[in-house]
Amino acid sequence: MAIFVDDSTKVVVQGITGRDGGFHSAEMLAYGTKIVAGVTPGRGGQKFQDQVPVYDTVKEAVSEHGANTSVIFVPPFGASGAIYEAADAGCKLIVCITEGVPTVDMVKVMPYLEERGVRLIGPNCPGLLAPGIAKLGILPTSIVKEGPVGLVSRSGTLTYEVVYQLSAAGLGQTTCLGIGGDPIIGTTFMDAIIAFNEDPKTEAFVMIGEIGGDAEEQAAEYIKANVKKPVVSFIAGQTAPPGKKMGHAGAIVSGGTGTAAEKKKALEAAGIPVAERPMDIVPRLQEIWKK
Amino acid sequence: MNIHEYQGKEIFTDFGLPVPGGTAVQSVDDAVASAQEYGLPVMVKAQVLIGGRGKAGGVKFCETIEDVKKNATNILGMDIKGHTVRTVLVTPAVDIDSEFYIGMLIDRNTKRVMLMASAEGGVEIEQVAKDTPELIFKQIIDPRFGLLDHEAMDMGMRLCPDDIKRARQLAAAMQKLYVAFINSDASLTEINPWIFTTEGVGHAIDAKVSLDDNAMFRHPGYEALRDLEAEDPSERAAREAGLSFVKLSGNVGCLVNGAGLAMATMDLVKYYGGQPANFLDIGGSSNPEKVVNALNIILADKEVKAILFNIFGGITRCDDVANGIIAATESMDIDVPIVVRLIGTNEEEGRALLAKTNLVSADTMDDVVKKAIELAG
Repeated sequence: MAIFVDDSTKVVVQGITGRDGGFHSAEMLAYGTKIVAGVTPGRGGQKFQDQVPVYDTVKEAVSEHGANTSVIFVPPFGASGAIYEAADAGCKLIVCITEGVPTVDMVKVMPYLEERGVRLIGPNCPGLLAPGIAKLGILPTSIVKEGPVGLVSRSGTLTYEVVYQLSAAGLGQTTCLGIGGDPIIGTTFMDAIIAFNEDPKTEAFVMIGEIGGDAEEQAAEYIKANVKKPVVSFIAGQTAPPGKKMGHAGAIVSGGTGTAAEKKKALEAAGIPVAERPMDIVPRLQEIWKK
Repeated sequence: MNIHEYQGKEIFTDFGLPVPGGTAVQSVDDAVASAQEYGLPVMVKAQVLIGGRGKAGGVKFCETIEDVKKNATNILGMDIKGHTVRTVLVTPAVDIDSEFYIGMLIDRNTKRVMLMASAEGGVEIEQVAKDTPELIFKQIIDPRFGLLDHEAMDMGMRLCPDDIKRARQLAAAMQKLYVAFINSDASLTEINPWIFTTEGVGHAIDAKVSLDDNAMFRHPGYEALRDLEAEDPSERAAREAGLSFVKLSGNVGCLVNGAGLAMATMDLVKYYGGQPANFLDIGGSSNPEKVVNALNIILADKEVKAILFNIFGGITRCDDVANGIIAATESMDIDVPIVVRLIGTNEEEGRALLAKTNLVSADTMDDVVKKAIELAG
């Protein structure tokens, strides 16, 4: 098992004929992900890699092939439009990889998704990779391994670094999830932690946070009250100067809040070890995880 | 992107918020001319992209032309927390009967725009939030309906319980501020303070506005609001080259792919007793041109004594990245040592390519950081 995906996951890729969409769709297919259709307005009737039918609208992909999940590789100006379309067509899981979506667009799309019970992952995220089940996004498949550890992160390559170390130590994963670095994201740390806590296959999990907001603090409170599984954390951005955006739009220390030190303190107060360096994450997990 | 008070006020004016007139000037003579035009008394206000201007002596009340001359002379060229004042706003002084704070920002938890308002106006709102959070009222705004009349009125009445006329003005101002926030694609809009004169006339006498960089494609006119002189030259070059860069004060230059890994790499430099010179996310591309741009920006900082690359090849292949680094370094005249760590897809091929050069290779993130610190001396 994994979180948010299973064997019934049928994917439509919005923007499948684009440069990034095409490249990553090929990777997803190669990993065995069930991509049942692609969508690019004006390209309806074509086939992607001679096997995946392309439609003009998500509605057709859903009605013809029963797609229930969308992965979006659409440029920023059209990304929120693509999210509305997927939700309206009936997709219940939407993964938006696009970086640079205006925040106001995300504010506007949220109630639309909430009303329809749609889960959004991202935007500006690497997506999700459930080893042995499906890949929805751009996480590299070469570093993952099936196993009992869940991983949730606000970052991309830092996630890969940690997954690489987990796999190298023989600790495979149930699901690796990158929730994205923007101020407004669909699936939050809290959502992922609740899901990992409820997933019977996930025996322990790792949470990789960074400066900005207070999602890590909220997660700490929840974990303290509800989670019995071993959890280890890491927070990036201890050296970030205040008021500066560190790449991710959401990674900013503002008005003295959102600092790495505050997050570390909250996590440690909740009994969650915070690794000093990325390479300490696996040893810290092994330490508290008495199998 | 943060913009100056006078620019924020222009946006406010576009959306119908009452703002006392004002002129942004860059010389004492122009300040005097503006003061004469508006009539005394006036305020002379430093335009810098940092808070605490008043405390630093950058905001002055002027009753005479002599005052205007003296204060404009002092403030122009003044340094406020590392920001040089190049522009002052000359604006008619208004008599203040009461002051309020009205702000809108993105609330990550509810995923909505949040209105915050307080009768504790004119002071630092972060301090109010810390000391007396109960004095700040909040309203989450549903984007489908905007700030509804009754929500705005409720907030107005909380701020001015004994004066329905002022409460109504506040409510109208909050609704206009929300429209301004959404339509200008702001990430923050603050009026601190909103004031009432003794006659009960309301004005926004300050404006703090941050615009969403991701939405600039919708607002081509806003690019002109960017204060290029206030921007660090290296950060400006990076922005123009499409790189995510923040200058720091250390001597270890860092080129990393991905923002999270870049932050973690900086933290690790510090952990091992070094000082990172910068944050730089080179992104997923292995394009040699991008590597050249990034190296140029880092090398412009003469404090930099060593440079490290920390690249996790996920989708990007390490051999492509190695070729990019080699092509870039061969085309440039570089006199500081470079340490490279490549891991992930095609790492063996990537390392084999680097072995033929005089670039120092490292296996792990710890390794690359330690070597770079050592070489930086």
